[in-house]
Formats: sequence, C-alpha cells, structure tokens
Amino acid sequence: MKNRRLAAGIVLAAAGVFLLVAPWGLKPYGIFILSMWAVMTIAAIGLNLTLGYAGQISLAQAAFVGIGAYITAWLTTRGWPFWPTYIFGGVSCFAVGWVLGYPALRVQHHYLAFVTLAFNTLVFLIFRNEEWLTGGIYGISNVPRPGVLGLSLNSPLAFYYFCLAHLALVSAATWWLIRSPWGRAFVALRENPIRALSLGVDTRRYTLVAFALGAGLGGISGAIYAPLVQFVDPTPFALGLSLNLLLMVVLGGSGYFFGPFLGAIVAVLLPEWLRFTQGYYLMGYAVLVILLMAFSPTGLLGLADRLTRPARRRTAGAAGVAPAAAAEGEGVR
Amino acid sequence: MSAILQVRDLRKSFGGIVAVDGVSFSVAEGEILGIIGPNGSGKSTLFNCILGQLAPSGGEVHLDGRPVTGMRPCDLNRLGVSRTFQLLQIFPQLTVRENLILAGQEHQGTMLGRLVGPRDAGLGAAAERMIGFFRLEHLADEHAGDLSYGQQKLLDVAMAFMAGPRLALLDEPAGGVNLTMLASLRERLRAINAESRSTFVVIEHNMEFVMALCTRILVLAEGRVIAEGEPAAVRSDPKVIEAYLGHS
Repeated sequence: MKNRRLAAGIVLAAAGVFLLVAPWGLKPYGIFILSMWAVMTIAAIGLNLTLGYAGQISLAQAAFVGIGAYITAWLTTRGWPFWPTYIFGGVSCFAVGWVLGYPALRVQHHYLAFVTLAFNTLVFLIFRNEEWLTGGIYGISNVPRPGVLGLSLNSPLAFYYFCLAHLALVSAATWWLIRSPWGRAFVALRENPIRALSLGVDTRRYTLVAFALGAGLGGISGAIYAPLVQFVDPTPFALGLSLNLLLMVVLGGSGYFFGPFLGAIVAVLLPEWLRFTQGYYLMGYAVLVILLMAFSPTGLLGLADRLTRPARRRTAGAAGVAPAAAAEGEGVR
Repeated sequence: MSAILQVRDLRKSFGGIVAVDGVSFSVAEGEILGIIGPNGSGKSTLFNCILGQLAPSGGEVHLDGRPVTGMRPCDLNRLGVSRTFQLLQIFPQLTVRENLILAGQEHQGTMLGRLVGPRDAGLGAAAERMIGFFRLEHLADEHAGDLSYGQQKLLDVAMAFMAGPRLALLDEPAGGVNLTMLASLRERLRAINAESRSTFVVIEHNMEFVMALCTRILVLAEGRVIAEGEPAAVRSDPKVIEAYLGHS
C-alpha cells in the first residue's frame, strides 16, 4: 500500500514537472495547444463530476464553457477587471446548471441526454442569433488577458502557467470534494439511487448539486478560454464540443479522477501530434478511438485498473492484507 | 407498549390489479413482527407503500402517531426508519467500510457541514463497530462487489442498522443465505433488538427463520391480512395452510 502510494506520488510529481517544462522550446502554437489542453481538462473534470461520479449524462457542457467565455469576453471588453467576470461566469453557470438539473429529476439516460442536447442547441442559437448581445457570428474580439499581481500574462508562456495553475487548483478542489461525504453520495447516486434514497441520501438535492458543480467548472473553463483565444464566437460551443468533452471523460475513464486529464490528451493533443500524417490524421485518430472503445469501454484508466488489479491483489496477499485493501478508497477513484 | 408504526386500511392498485387491499396493523416499540405470505401476496408492495417508495392508492401510515403517508424515503430514514430490499442493494464499487459510512453519513449534521467536515463524516469508529458486530473485519477494505452473496447480504443488513434506526423493515433478509450465515444473521438481529430496543418488521419466506426470530406474525394473501398472532398459532391456522397449500 505504502509502495503504491509512493509510486503514485512519484508519477504525479514527474507529471507535474513535465507540465512545467513541457512548453520550453515550443513555438507559440504549441504552447497555445498545451494551454487549450489545460482549459479543456477543467471542463472535462466538471463533466466527470456530473457524469462519471454522479451518473447524470450531460451533453450541455459546451454550452457552459460558452456561457463562461461570453460573460468574460463581454464584460472584460467593456472595461471590467478579469476576476469579477471570472467569478460571475462560474457562479452563473452554477445557477444555470442547477436549473438544468431539474429535468434530471424526471428523466434519465438517453432521455436526459436529449434534454441537455436541446439546451446546448438553444444556447448555441442564442450565441449565434442574438447579435445585439453576443455579436452574432462576428463574435467578440480583442478579449484582454488578465494580469496577476501586476504581472502581465500577455505572453503565451505566462498564460500557459496561468491555465496550469487553474488546473492545479480545480484538481485539488475536486480531489477533496470526491473524497468528502458528498463524493460518496455522488457514487451512491450513480450506482443505486433507490438504495441511496432509503439511506437518507437526498438524491434530488445531490443530482442538482452534481449538475451545478459540473456546469460551474464548465463556466470557469470558459472564463479562461476567452482570454486564451482572445476571441469568442459561437462555433466552438456547438454540440461538437459537448461530444468531444464527453469523449474525453469516457476515453480517459469515466468516474476516475485522472480520466479527464488523459482523455483531454487524446482529444486535444493527439490530433495535433498526428498532423504529420497530413490528410489522414483525423482518420487515424478516429480508428484509434474506435479501437480503444472496442477493447476498453471503461477508458484508459479502466483498462489500467483491470490490468494491474491481479498484481495489486498478489502484493496485498503477500503482505498479509485483505486482497482489496490494495484498492482502498477506490470506490471513489 | 406504544405503537411505533400504525398502518390503516392501506391500499395499492396497479391498473386493475389490487396488490394491497386494505391492510391494517400496528407494531409496538421493540417488537419483531414477521410478515409472511405466498409469492404475489403483496408483502413487498406493502413495504414500498409504507416507506414512500410507492404512493399508496389509499390508507394511512403513522409513525409515532404522526402521519407519514407518502413521505420520501430519505425523509423517513432521517426520522429513524431503515430498510433492506428483497434483492441485494449495496454499492459494489465502494468498500465494505465505505458502504457502512455512506449508510450513516446523511444523519451527521447538515449537507454543507458534511462537505467541510471529516472525510468519514465522523463515522469511522461506528463503522468499525458495525464491521465487528457483523464479523466482517477481514472484508472491511474489500469492494462490496467482490464479496460472496451471503457476505453481501450481511453487509446489506448491517447498512440498515448503521444509523441506529428505531424501526427497521427487512425484506427477506435470509433469502439466499446459507445455513451457517443464517444462524449468524438471526443471532445478530436478536442482539440488536435486545441491545438497542430497535423495532423490526421482517418479510421472510424461510419459515424456520421467521418463526424463531419474530414474536408476532402477520399473514398476507392476495393483498389482505388473513391471520395474525403468535408464531405457533399462525403455523397451525387452517387459513394460512390453505393460502400456502391451496384447497385440498
């Protein structure tokens, strides 16, 4: 157990160091893609909370990223400082997510997917058609980048570290949340809502909270997206992004804490790495996703879990511990 | 002794089918009441109506004299009413310990307080006691889904008692449990009843188990109460024999 924790700590530290040094020597476009990975990972962490932990499917995450992005873009281009707009974006999405959670109290599974899909389409149409508010298809340009403690974040590298710091904060908060009694209640909601209800878990309230928190993280992701791209228009927030975020969660491992990180690597970085194949890169990417889903529907981390479980059991057995002690706390993964 | 649970003229219909047809009974504090009856006699539907899982078509349920008809299961649970289901209802991805903590955590303070409070909701010691009480020590860190059926059944029952309920409705706790485990389960239930004066209502098909455990038996057939009394009297009641064996 100790060895496993130590190994996990070493891997995490190595990943952290890698993320810190990764942009060194990269061209601005490479740094932009890495920043986009961090931003999309935040949105996917939100969806993982709603879908992976609480079991409520949502195809509306792009709408929340869009709402957060538009709020920040609209207000900062009118002279507002970044931080109030950032908080406003997150809180607004939390509130809208809470309201969107109400249909989840009545319908589930593919019906809920269609409700959230319709919401995403509605929000997209507002972005595109309400020109007086959103700028329509012309969008909002020249979104300023914020400064932190007097430091300018205008350079791609500085803004990358800003995105990375956000990702670290969101990750720490989510890690703490899913290990709290709320996280356990979310898992109960996903695995057996009827039993959860009989044990006093207010499934109605937890469903709404799961939707709201996921949406809030989507909003925060959008609030950073706007100054990253410095231009906001409706196209990126169509259904395609919601499906892509869903892909990130499922590919990485739905209900696994690190699932969205890996999923976002596959969905954001991999297509860029495959560009050397020129016209074939999207085809190669699609085949890879099909193969992965066919052979590991529980995602990359589900596959890793399956492959390493026998070894963990052997180790625990040899140490004279109950076999699954090796997997302690994995219910909330 | 005062009645902790009173059921008055409870009815439940599904379209034209009457599953529960005017059932009335009361349970005294500290009593262990058994409910038996042939398959399809409405036992589980009765439980689901009492516990708010199904909305009754008519009738009333009172807890400590207070009307609770149609109250949500989570609200009833917070009033001290717990249950198990006919089919196993555990959380397979959580460990045995986590299942038990979950079973009690919603009784600890407010929702917001639980978020900022300790990870085990202050239930670590209580969970250990329950694990010891049901002799699940060697399985505490196992995923519940990896346990044998009998062990899962014990966990299922243990979860129902984690929040220290005043009233527990157990739906076929002995179903599918082997003989050794059965004796252990009966012994555990008796011990809880003796120590905490918890009141039980037990649906069971295992006659030996229910006759040995319960102080009073209620017999249902076709949604109606056809007999009620002490185990020995019920066992020899001609109406009960007819309900189980049919006309000769």
